[in-house]
Amino acid sequence: MPAISNIVCPVCGCCCDDIEVIVKDNGIAEVRNACALSAAKFEHYSTHRNTSPLVRKNGELVKVSLDEAIERSAQILAGSSYPILYGWSSTSCEAIKVGLELAEEVGGVIDNTSTVCHGPSILAIQEVGLSGATLGQVRHRADLIIYWASNPWSAHPRHMERYTALSEGRFQKGIWKRLSLRLHADSVRKRISRIAELIFKRGTSPLPPKESRAERHRLSVEERKVIVVDVRRTRSADIADYFIQVEPGEDYAILQALRALIRDEELDVEEVAGVPVETLEEIADIMIDCKFGVLFFGVGLTMSRGKLRNVDAAIKLTQDLNKRTKFIIMPMRGHFNVTGANTVFTWQTGYPYAVDFSHGYPRYNPGETSVIDILRRGDSDAALVVASDPVNNFPQKAVHSLVDNPLIVIDPHLSSTALMADVVIPSAFVGIEAEGTAYRMDHVPLPLRKIVDPPEGCLPDEEILGRILKQVRELRNETA
Amino acid sequence: MKVSLVTGRTIDQGCGKEYGKLSKEYTESVAICEMNPEDMKMLKVRDGDRVKVATEHGSVVVTAKKSRRIRLPGTIFIPYGPWANLILASDTDGTGMPLLKGVRADVEPTDEQVLDLQDLLVQSYGQIKTLRRD
Repeated sequence: MPAISNIVCPVCGCCCDDIEVIVKDNGIAEVRNACALSAAKFEHYSTHRNTSPLVRKNGELVKVSLDEAIERSAQILAGSSYPILYGWSSTSCEAIKVGLELAEEVGGVIDNTSTVCHGPSILAIQEVGLSGATLGQVRHRADLIIYWASNPWSAHPRHMERYTALSEGRFQKGIWKRLSLRLHADSVRKRISRIAELIFKRGTSPLPPKESRAERHRLSVEERKVIVVDVRRTRSADIADYFIQVEPGEDYAILQALRALIRDEELDVEEVAGVPVETLEEIADIMIDCKFGVLFFGVGLTMSRGKLRNVDAAIKLTQDLNKRTKFIIMPMRGHFNVTGANTVFTWQTGYPYAVDFSHGYPRYNPGETSVIDILRRGDSDAALVVASDPVNNFPQKAVHSLVDNPLIVIDPHLSSTALMADVVIPSAFVGIEAEGTAYRMDHVPLPLRKIVDPPEGCLPDEEILGRILKQVRELRNETA
Repeated sequence: MKVSLVTGRTIDQGCGKEYGKLSKEYTESVAICEMNPEDMKMLKVRDGDRVKVATEHGSVVVTAKKSRRIRLPGTIFIPYGPWANLILASDTDGTGMPLLKGVRADVEPTDEQVLDLQDLLVQSYGQIKTLRRD
């Protein structure tokens, strides 16, 4: 069986474009080069799947024809005065474009999942800007890689391998060799200390105290280095040369302390948020000494106390560093096309998320026009959810408000939101059963491929939305 | 015991969601609470026991899991999912983003069972619009 190569992975914001798939009988027999998340999707996408359109009748979801489900959806949207159109990060840019047209037609609010992800990052970027680069530049040139409040090992498993520490760049080598030596040394050290504990009993081990990792390895200035800053000692932190443990909600203090140190100011305290100033001074020196540094930050900054102000401080830190060296900053985007959602929203309406069409023109005011706030206030009277599962991912009060009103779900999976919906329209998996465009986290657009045919009756999101839009227009013309 | 609740991604949660939200793998990956071993000792909770995590917005029963990766005592970690979201606030302080990390919570051992996804939805959101099995 021939392998289909160079497939773009439709899972996380890394959008790895080297996936190989072996297709047998219109199914995926094998997937290569994939991480655990990608393999789980390619190998299991068809389990727990719903392939029939469903409409709620007498409290139960019953199978109906696609035409009936689309008609019911159009009636709900055309009959509502302030509907929410939410999701969009796990579908193609082409579908998002139709979604925006639909939002404008029905005078609703359209919001994407960045509202509960990197929304605060966008707010900070709009205030203070962002120095960026593509991941290719990072791979070839970055000699200092910082993951702040981000755990790529779990959320973006191949990020380090393809774009940063473990990749072989043109001007920068991967840290594989150093890492494997270190892991080996660590395991020997653990074994010795376990034996010593057995001999000398717990707590009386005669082994000298552990030196800091940096002292042990004495990294040269030229070597590629990795720093991880996080609340937990994640597996990503195990790979790092330096790990700084932050107390939850204290990132802002540490970022500002680093800014002061980089500007050669003295800190008259011994520690900041539990981190010794000596450690911060060491980190500040490494930052200044690098040739090309990159700070990847995760939602640990946006979802904790301070939210956009944390990101604001991180961006200003890179701005300060750019006076001494070259430094860029990039958010670690979660879904494979959340960057595309922001991009399409922006070139269509002028705003990246939380766009309100109720006045007839696009209006943007996160905190007011963002989906969680609308649901919390109970302002909306219907919702259309595309390729997302807000019942699983929104706080309880918001979910109550969402499911109390008519709810339409377009999703290939039978998600929790689909279980609570009034209309469920099964769609094709974009990137597996339908083609389209996605934007990688560094804003590079990549083509998503169609590898197998979708089950009969499962259309791509773009087509389903197009049919709903057509019917909504017809209904509105009839009433006008 | 008073703790700081952090929610987030794990690789198991990432795989579980691709297996399907109704899969056993998904429930097992997200209806858990990772805790510092010291905290577990203090609460007299062992790996696999149930704990009730409560905030001012509600409470939820999840399975305790020992994690040496949580080195700060008084910090607990629950992966993203409906179990964690039941006890989080929807207030966004005017930013559009609710507080999902570093939330004040209480943890205590419990004998109550961990609900499966469908039961959790029924209990939390009342009438679930169920799927007719035919």
